[in-house]
Amino acid sequence: MSETILEIKNLTIHYVVDKETVEAVNNVNLQINKGETLGLVGETGAGKTTLAKGIMGIIPNPPGKILNGEIIFEGENLLKKNKKEMQAIRGEKISMIFQDPMTALNPVMTVGDQIAEVIRLHEHVSPKEATDKAKEMLEMVGIPGQRASEYPHQFSGGMKQRVVIAIALACRPELLIADEPTTALDVTIQMQVLDLMNNLKKQLGTSMVLITHDFGVVAEMCEKVAIMYAGEVVEYGTARDIFNHGCHPYTRGLFESLPSLNEDQPRLKPIVGLMPDPTQLPVGCNFAPRCPYCTDACKERKSDMVNLTETHQVKCDYAVRKFREETDNG
Amino acid sequence: MAKYILKRLLMMLPVLLGVAFVVFTLMYITPGDPAKVILGESATPEAIAAFRQEMGLDNPFLVRFFDYVKGIIFHFDFGTSYQTKKPVLGEILSRFPDTVTLAALSALVAVVVGVTLGVISAVKQYSLFDNLASIIGLLGVAMPNFWMGMMLVLIFAVYLRWLPASGTYGPKYWILPSLTLGFISAASIMRTTRSQMLEVIRQDYIDTARAKGQDEMVIILRHALRNAMIPIITVIGIQFGQMLGGSVLVETVFSIPGVGRYMIDAIKARDYPVVQGTVLFLSACFSFVNLGVDILYTFIDPKMKTMYAKKKS
Repeated sequence: MSETILEIKNLTIHYVVDKETVEAVNNVNLQINKGETLGLVGETGAGKTTLAKGIMGIIPNPPGKILNGEIIFEGENLLKKNKKEMQAIRGEKISMIFQDPMTALNPVMTVGDQIAEVIRLHEHVSPKEATDKAKEMLEMVGIPGQRASEYPHQFSGGMKQRVVIAIALACRPELLIADEPTTALDVTIQMQVLDLMNNLKKQLGTSMVLITHDFGVVAEMCEKVAIMYAGEVVEYGTARDIFNHGCHPYTRGLFESLPSLNEDQPRLKPIVGLMPDPTQLPVGCNFAPRCPYCTDACKERKSDMVNLTETHQVKCDYAVRKFREETDNG
Repeated sequence: MAKYILKRLLMMLPVLLGVAFVVFTLMYITPGDPAKVILGESATPEAIAAFRQEMGLDNPFLVRFFDYVKGIIFHFDFGTSYQTKKPVLGEILSRFPDTVTLAALSALVAVVVGVTLGVISAVKQYSLFDNLASIIGLLGVAMPNFWMGMMLVLIFAVYLRWLPASGTYGPKYWILPSLTLGFISAASIMRTTRSQMLEVIRQDYIDTARAKGQDEMVIILRHALRNAMIPIITVIGIQFGQMLGGSVLVETVFSIPGVGRYMIDAIKARDYPVVQGTVLFLSACFSFVNLGVDILYTFIDPKMKTMYAKKKS
C-alpha cells in the first residue's frame, strides 16, 4: 500500500452568521495517497470549496470555524500549526487552483510578477532568478515566456487558467487542490487544461484533490472519488467502485441525471427536490427528503459510514443492503 | 501619452472660458458700484466718473468681457486690481505658495489618516475600531471646518499653549491649519477606502495570494490596497482641488495670506478683476489636479496603461 499524504479525520467546519449556523462540512473523513488524484463530487453548495479552503487553512474567521477534526498532512496535523508555519506550507507543499480564472488573478500585477511572488516566498532566490523561473513556468503551461510582463486582462480565460496553474505548481507542491478548474472554461479548453494538469501531475509526482461536478472529468483524472452531499461524504471509493458499483441513492441519482447517447432519452432524469438548507439540516439522513428509498428510520437517524469492500464505503443502510444482495447474487 | 495630455489640455480651454464668462456675468449683475466702494462714500461724482472711465466700467458688458479675455490670451494680463493698481496675476502668484503649502500638508494629513484608518476599518470590519472610525468619519464630514479650526486653536493654542494660533512664520504654524483642513478630507477618504477595501478583500485573487502563503499584511498592502486605490485616488484628487480653492475659511481662521483669503477680501471690496482672476486661477488649478489624477490612473490601472501604450506605437 502506498504512502498516505493527506488524511482528514472527522472534519467539521461551520459558518456562524448572526446566530445562524451554516453547517458547511460535517464529519468528513478522507484519505489520499501519494501521487493519487481524489475526485470530490457534489452539487453546488455541498461544501466542497469550504473543505478545500479548510485544508489550505484559509477559511475566513469570522464567520468560519473549524469545530472538530484533524487534517493530517505528511504525518502532521495542519490544524495545530500556527500562522507562520501554515504560510510556509501554503504555496510550497499544498497549493490551490481556484474556480474562476477570470477573478483569480490580481488585475494590477503582471502575470510574471504573480508567479514570481510565490517563488520568492518559498525559495531563496534573487528577484532576477524568480522572474526567470516564472517565465519557465509559463513555458511549461504553454504560454510564451515573454508574455510574463503582460497583465491578466491581456489573456483569454483558458490562458488565465494556465497562469493560475503555473502559480499553483511553481514550487512543485506535494498536494494540489483544484477547485473546479475547468467549470468556467469552454469544453475545448477544458480538455487542454485537464491534459496539462495530468501531464504536470505525472511529471512532478503531485497528489491532487480535484473538486468537480463533472463525472467526465472524474473518469479522466481520478483514482478515487468521494461523493459529497450537504457537507458530508456519502460515498467514497476508487473510481471503479463508484462508476461500476456506486450504490448510494444520491450517487445513483447523479449518474442517472447524466444524458446518455445510447438510449433514446427524451428528458433527463433529475434528482427531484433541492439540497437541504445548511442552516437547518434534517435530524435524519440529509438526503432523506429527496430519496426514493427513504424509510421512516432514515428520517430519524443518520446512517453510519459502512465499509463495503476494502476501498469502498457508503453512508446509507439501504445502499449497504442493496450492495450485499447484488454481490451475493453475482 | 503626450498626445493624450495635449488633448486634455486643449479640452481645458473651453471649460476655463466658461468659468470666466460665468464669473464675469456674476460680477456684472452684482449690485454695488466698485468706484464708490474703493473711492469711499465721500468721493465726488467727478472722481467716480473718472474712475469708471479709467477702468472701462462704462463700456457695454460684452465689450468688457471680450477685452478681458483678449487681455488674458494675448498679453497674459488678468487685469489690475482696483485697490492696489498692481497686476492681478502677480498678486495671486505671490500668495499662491502659502495656499499650495496648506493644501499639500492637508492632503498629506488626509491621505495618511484617511487611507490608514480606512484600511484598518475594512480589515477589522464591525470591530470596535471600525465603529469608532465610522463615528469619527461622520463627525469629520458633518463638522464645519472653521468651527473645528477654532476649537483646535482654543485647545492647543489658548489652553495648552503648545502651538501658535495664527500666521505663517515657521513649520510649527502649519500644524493646526493642516490638521483642520486635512481632517475633513480624511473623513471622506476613509469612507471610500473602507468600502473599496471591503469589496477588494472578498475577491478571489486575495485568496490566491493567501494560497501562495503570502503574509496577510503584504496581501492587504500589495494586493488589496493597490486595487482599491483607483477610486480612492479620484477622491483624493477632488479633495486636493477643493483644498486649493476652498481653504478660504481655514485661511481666514488662521490668518494665512493665501489665494482664498485674497479672493474673499476682493469680493468685499468689489475688486472685480481680482475676484475674476482668483476664481479663474483656482479653476485652472482644479483642472490641472484633475488632469494629474487622470494621468496617475494610467500608472495604476494596467488596462489604461496598455491602452495608451498601444496608441503610441
